[in-house]
Amino acid sequence: MSSTLLRTTPILRGALRASGAVKPASATFVRGKATLPDLPYDYGALEPHISAKIMELHHSKHHQTYVNGLNSALDTIGEAESKGDFTKAASIAPLLNFHGGGHLNHTLFWENLAPASRDGGGEPDGSLKKAIETDFGSFDSFRKQMNTSLAGIQGSGWAWLVKDKSSGNLGLVTRANQDPVTGQFVPLLGIDAWEHAYYLQYENRKAEYFDAIWNVINWKTVAQRFEKP
Amino acid sequence: MVNIGNIWQYLALQSPLQSLSGDQLNATKMAVTTYTLPQLPYAYDALEPYISSQIMELHHSKHHQAYVTNLNKALESHLAAVAGTDIAGQIALQQAIKFNGGGHINHSLFWQNLAPAGSEEASPSAAKELVSAIEKTWGDFEAFKKAFSAALLGIQGSGWGWLVKDGPQGGLRIVTTKDQDPVVGGEVPVFGVDMWEHAYYLQYLNGKAAYVDNIWNVINWKTAEDRFLGSREDAFSVLKAAL
Ligand SMILES: [Fe+2]
Ligand SMILES: [Fe+2]
Repeated sequence: MSSTLLRTTPILRGALRASGAVKPASATFVRGKATLPDLPYDYGALEPHISAKIMELHHSKHHQTYVNGLNSALDTIGEAESKGDFTKAASIAPLLNFHGGGHLNHTLFWENLAPASRDGGGEPDGSLKKAIETDFGSFDSFRKQMNTSLAGIQGSGWAWLVKDKSSGNLGLVTRANQDPVTGQFVPLLGIDAWEHAYYLQYENRKAEYFDAIWNVINWKTVAQRFEKP
Repeated sequence: MVNIGNIWQYLALQSPLQSLSGDQLNATKMAVTTYTLPQLPYAYDALEPYISSQIMELHHSKHHQAYVTNLNKALESHLAAVAGTDIAGQIALQQAIKFNGGGHINHSLFWQNLAPAGSEEASPSAAKELVSAIEKTWGDFEAFKKAFSAALLGIQGSGWGWLVKDGPQGGLRIVTTKDQDPVVGGEVPVFGVDMWEHAYYLQYLNGKAAYVDNIWNVINWKTAEDRFLGSREDAFSVLKAAL
């Protein structure tokens, strides 16, 4: 995943790791740029559940803005580092978290959606289905709990189905704004609860969006993330 | 307006209440206040073309109404938790009260600090004292607008930008708050701008910089001047009037 998020050649990645130690102060900070990933389907492919206009703005404008913001945060940090100005570099941390998180979250989101006519909707099967039933009682109960989490977000944010790295158990977490899922959790399924994700179609009726999105969840992707050791 | 019917129904379900005396119960009921949606001081289309009629209608009649409704619900539940000496229940409700109460306060202040473009109130000349304090603080009025706009555009996620006065004799300051956190320190809120996406998305889409540029056409400088010259109590009088 990280290789598609931040395209760097192995050599550059090596340079990136070593840069703090060996680079002379005047050197340019060389590294890869984050780029906007292509959607794995057309903008109109999630209709009628998510409109083409929402998808186009969401991908080509909002996600692009996070990509640009991430690159500019990395540039600023690189410049500051090359001047030995670590106070300045540290001050960029909130921007890195926000734009880096926005890039990561949206990339995961596009991949865990699919047209209802293709892989979208329905219910998971196999080991993921079993795990959901064990940890949430039933698929229906899981869906209700996730919708409750989504509805409870106060402001902008995301809800995630996650796997606990140490116990292997499934759980639900919410994240404010673009805070990414990190640490002990592996993100399996994310739903964007920012107003830009639904407002043009659903306006203030966000519960309708949270109901409709289940028709376009790509359970194959979620299962792959779940099964990855 | 006291919504006794609902409260009574709710309280009747709480068994510990049966040990309360009639007087205690009566005092509890009287303490409930039901907040209501304040009317806009102008028509939904009055801020066109800078804020569309559709945005204003949804924002006021749906979003603000939801904060009022959920604030009342949270306060009812809180009252029941107090009456039932359920401290954990009271603590659990703090966030809902803060969020929905903040949403009610912020939007009530916001509607009052907007005015139709071209009206007398919408001109900074309606705020002589405030503008002179702004010029003293930021050098000139344009520099202030630039700083305020930058603060608005720097908000990550949902939130608000406010010009505040620090207490009765205090200086001016720009603050941003997240989600519906209200300006509830000692500051006097002079004016605020809603930076939630629902405040502009139907008209400006992802172009929030254009919304921020245009909001300056509909700031109510008369209201801002009154709040600047008055006390915190004065600024919040609109909320009291809405009870
Ligand atoms: Fe988004
Ligand atoms: Fe709002």
